[in-house]
Amino acid sequence: MKARLPAVAPRPSPRERATKTSPVAKRVLDGDMRALARLISDVEEGRPEAREVLRTLYPHTGNAPIVGISGPLGVGKSSLINQLLQHLRGKGKTVGVIAVDPSSPFSGGAVLGDRIRIERDPDDTGVFFRSMASRGHAGGVAQSTRDALRLLEAFGMDVLLVETVGSGQVDVEIHDIATTRVVVVVPHLGDEVQTLKAGLFEIADVFVVNKSELPGSERAVKDLQELAYLSVPRDGWTPRVVPTSAAQRTGISELWQAVEDHESAMRNGPGAEAGRKARAEQELRELLRERIERLAEEELGKEASWKTLLQEVVAKETDPYSAADRAFQELKRRI
Amino acid sequence: MAKSPPQTEASKQGKGGRPIRVLIAKPGLDGHDRGAKVVARALRDAGMEVIYAGLRQTPEDIVAAAMEEDVDLIGLSILSGAHNVLIPRVLELLKERKATDVQVFAGGIIPDEDAAKLRKLGVRAIFGPGATLATIIETARSLAAKRVARA
Ligand SMILES: Nc1nc2c(ncn2[C@@H]2O[C@H](COP(=O)(O)OP(=O)(O)OP(=O)(O)O)[C@@H](O)[C@H]2O)c(=O)[nH]1
Ligand SMILES: [Mg+2]
Repeated sequence: MKARLPAVAPRPSPRERATKTSPVAKRVLDGDMRALARLISDVEEGRPEAREVLRTLYPHTGNAPIVGISGPLGVGKSSLINQLLQHLRGKGKTVGVIAVDPSSPFSGGAVLGDRIRIERDPDDTGVFFRSMASRGHAGGVAQSTRDALRLLEAFGMDVLLVETVGSGQVDVEIHDIATTRVVVVVPHLGDEVQTLKAGLFEIADVFVVNKSELPGSERAVKDLQELAYLSVPRDGWTPRVVPTSAAQRTGISELWQAVEDHESAMRNGPGAEAGRKARAEQELRELLRERIERLAEEELGKEASWKTLLQEVVAKETDPYSAADRAFQELKRRI
Repeated sequence: MAKSPPQTEASKQGKGGRPIRVLIAKPGLDGHDRGAKVVARALRDAGMEVIYAGLRQTPEDIVAAAMEEDVDLIGLSILSGAHNVLIPRVLELLKERKATDVQVFAGGIIPDEDAAKLRKLGVRAIFGPGATLATIIETARSLAAKRVARA
């Protein structure tokens, strides 16, 4: 159905809109580092004010490449990010980094240690590195990461890097935010590669064999290359395999070249539209799911019969399946 | 539905109810960071998010990291005796950045008369080698609460 659009006044440019609606948004656009740092905290807490700022900054986002760097514990992800930082700064690019580590399921606390590997001039405003704990909510940290990356881009970062430990659902969700997904392994990962193999090609556009100065690296590169050739190309792209040594600073420009090749293939290739759509859909679903869950929880909490129902299940007067059915019917009626 | 980890009330005393964020760093050129790591883990187990910046940090590195990470607290571990230079410099840089709401504590071997001077300059707490982890955790919590009150 075609709706007739009412005549509208000429739209203000994105920057005008942003500055009109929010002074905090303006501070981020103007490169205020502390405003950025505080906003990332607000995003992590899921504060509504932060959502408001993100809304106004949204037109300034979505163009910077997001490079996901994932892989098992200790393979050298942070060390590689450190080398990429030097490489990219040398090319005059500004870089924002988010490094995600798991929160302890017991205490809720976390030790975030990725910064140790980063060597940089503390006065260089062309780099912003932020450590983030997963805080135990699955969809939550993926959305926080997405939001933080948008803030970094609006702040003026040309390239965005995200580090995650490559295990578990949360990591895959974060990794999927990236426009280029790099998976890091080391020689002699052995069994680990075997178990990774099955799913590996679905989550990597570029493989890195780091610590390649160690024996066995040629073999690892060859194995991965063979697998890459055998795999079905996704959107016309066959995963690239790059040996690196973050310790000896080798393979870094080759790694970045592989990332750039993938970026331009995706930008111009047949899969470009599909990729954007997949990422947009995933985000929209997550945002909606979060709201639906919260709404359902609130509604259930209000329900007096909820307690009764629970008591019935505890007393084994009802089975949980029937109880869930009843609660669900009740919920549907109310929402 | 994904459950949040069981956070105790005390661990959420950071700004706006989030977990307390602490930067632990070891300025100066000397040796090992065993003590700093033990404190980092203890604070994590108390529900805090600890950004571990590691060894050989300059005051400039430390303050830049504290700003980026938006921490409530900075914990400095010092063995080298260079505390009389390094800690005041961190405080000075925080002042320059208008970030004196970030609370600084220190641990290590610091003679009493130096400790008194550092307290006057704005270090909120100083822990000697005999301090228990429980004391450090409690102090960190009450310092973070102070930051909220000031913010
Ligand atoms: N031999 C060798 N060691 C390396 C190389 N790159 C990193 N390392 C070492 O590997 C260890 C782990 O490095 P990180 O960069 O912290 O690895 P990571 O994957 O980020 O680790 P997590 O974040 O803990 O999973 C450190 O001791 C590094 O010095 C390399 O190319 N060769
Ligand atoms: Mg790391």
